[in-house]
Amino acid sequence: MRASAPPLIGGLRLPAVRSLVWAALFLAPPVLGLLSLGVGRYPLPLAEVLTALGQGLGISESAPELASRVVLLIRLPRVLEALVAGAGLAIAGAALQGVFRNPLVGPQLIGVSSGAAFGGALALFLSAGLSTLLGATFLFGLLALVIVFLFSRVDGRAPVLMLVLSGVVVGAFFSALVSLVTYLADPNDTLPAIVYWLMGSFATASYPKLALLLAVTVPGVALLVALRFRINVLSLGDEEARALGIQVEPTRWLVLLAVTAITASGVAVAGIVGWVGLVVPHIARMLVGPDHKALLPASALAGAAYMVLVDDLARTATTQELPLGVLTALVGAPLFGLLLRRAQAKGWST
Amino acid sequence: MITVTNLGHRFPNAPTWTFRNLSLTLPEGEVLAILGPNGRGKTTLLKCMLGLRRPGEGTIRILGAHGYVPQSFSSTFTYGVLETVVMGRARHLGLLRSPGAEDYAIARRALDRLEIGALANRNSGDLSGGQRQMVMIARALASDCRVLFLDEPTSALDFHNQDRVLSVLRGVARESGLTVVFTSHYPQHALHVADKALALHGETDHAFGPVSDVLDEPALTRLYGLPMRRARVRHGGRVMPTVIPVYSPV
Repeated sequence: MRASAPPLIGGLRLPAVRSLVWAALFLAPPVLGLLSLGVGRYPLPLAEVLTALGQGLGISESAPELASRVVLLIRLPRVLEALVAGAGLAIAGAALQGVFRNPLVGPQLIGVSSGAAFGGALALFLSAGLSTLLGATFLFGLLALVIVFLFSRVDGRAPVLMLVLSGVVVGAFFSALVSLVTYLADPNDTLPAIVYWLMGSFATASYPKLALLLAVTVPGVALLVALRFRINVLSLGDEEARALGIQVEPTRWLVLLAVTAITASGVAVAGIVGWVGLVVPHIARMLVGPDHKALLPASALAGAAYMVLVDDLARTATTQELPLGVLTALVGAPLFGLLLRRAQAKGWST
Repeated sequence: MITVTNLGHRFPNAPTWTFRNLSLTLPEGEVLAILGPNGRGKTTLLKCMLGLRRPGEGTIRILGAHGYVPQSFSSTFTYGVLETVVMGRARHLGLLRSPGAEDYAIARRALDRLEIGALANRNSGDLSGGQRQMVMIARALASDCRVLFLDEPTSALDFHNQDRVLSVLRGVARESGLTVVFTSHYPQHALHVADKALALHGETDHAFGPVSDVLDEPALTRLYGLPMRRARVRHGGRVMPTVIPVYSPV
């Protein structure tokens, strides 16, 4: 981070505190990821996890058969998927909040998730393959976003209330379509697939899925990070951004395209995992301030850590695995409520 | 250099034009004050010149990049002051580029020039109204603009800060040949720093010319619908023009 730009909030302006926050953000995902490899129905001590990993990389003696299978074939792709999807969803949420100049929007609130859910449900209904699933989630996620965007514009601007309400309307519409597809689905074949997919889970994680997720998320995240300064300028509002010499519409569309691609790939591999894109950027903003130069990477790191933690909870909280979407909402909704009260007390209301 | 020819603007579904047949020419390095009662189209005219509103008819020609200091300060996210000022560099940076050391140096110079370099590391949300206005002017200066537009730059400020902002406007016009256009409800501010004034009396009724001519007593009285007196104040060997509104008796 540039030393000459300390846009930190509250008491976090001391350089020492700032460095500590960044150290924690950078360490959290790998440390939590590593620990998570030992967590589950078949608990493994860290030493065995490391041996198994070493074996996978071909640098250590052969590990016990079962341990290495559990770590390398089941848990590693799952943990990596959670890290990547969490980072993607959080950074997408942060970028979305920036370009809509509103800390209350998230992929879920503006209809992208619902559109993507319908696309995915439709693909599963037609028993399509993984890449079709991804294509459908992306296409319908984008479609939902476009409809919301066009709906909410009044006099060339998208007031926050209109935006959120349009998101609710479009979300409700696509939710109804999801219900329709679910209703029509074959109860012995596609119905369970759709229902479990919709609830969200990394349980079916695999290396091909991970590869697909990475192939979309990495370029998407890279694009958003490259656009960080433009997102700052866009967050000033259309008129100011235009007066500063920015091509507002094309730039915003580029951001939205990246956000939709990232969200859709997350939805494709893990189903509907809500609230991450809304809650995590909030927390990240409290830690490093609103400047997207710092906020985007911080959101990605915090999102990765958050998602792995929630997935650990999903795997271990009860004897049966809990759906991820249910947990992120159960954790995210109250947390967001608290943040909302806090922020309201401090001043932003739009 | 600004040339406006037969400009007309009308809001969608509005029965009348906001303004019409408006023409003016402002040479480089001059200061123009736009005055008029509320709702007469000062801000709209400013936004037309900035290219933010499309005029219904007429043409606007502006030589050189423009900078803009809006009336209200965006506050959804409060960035650091230096970070705010460096956003002025946006037009010089490619789509995927972020400001580099050179841009930050330019931003710091803009702050220093307005003598607010000490604010660089503050959060823009913690600033007073006067400080914010100065930061916004610094942002415009950092964009290397040749024409600076300001929407009521002094309206939210106390007298001391009004004086500072006006001095800055006069200074940048004199020293760097920057053309400055600002809207105002204070004719005395126009008389103090502007070379030219544009008084928006009515739809097609506007006066443009040297500030002292356009803002004489009959014109000001007509503009605001109450008696306005021009006065001269002697202070420290200087004679300064000012304007006194004669408010209705209570």
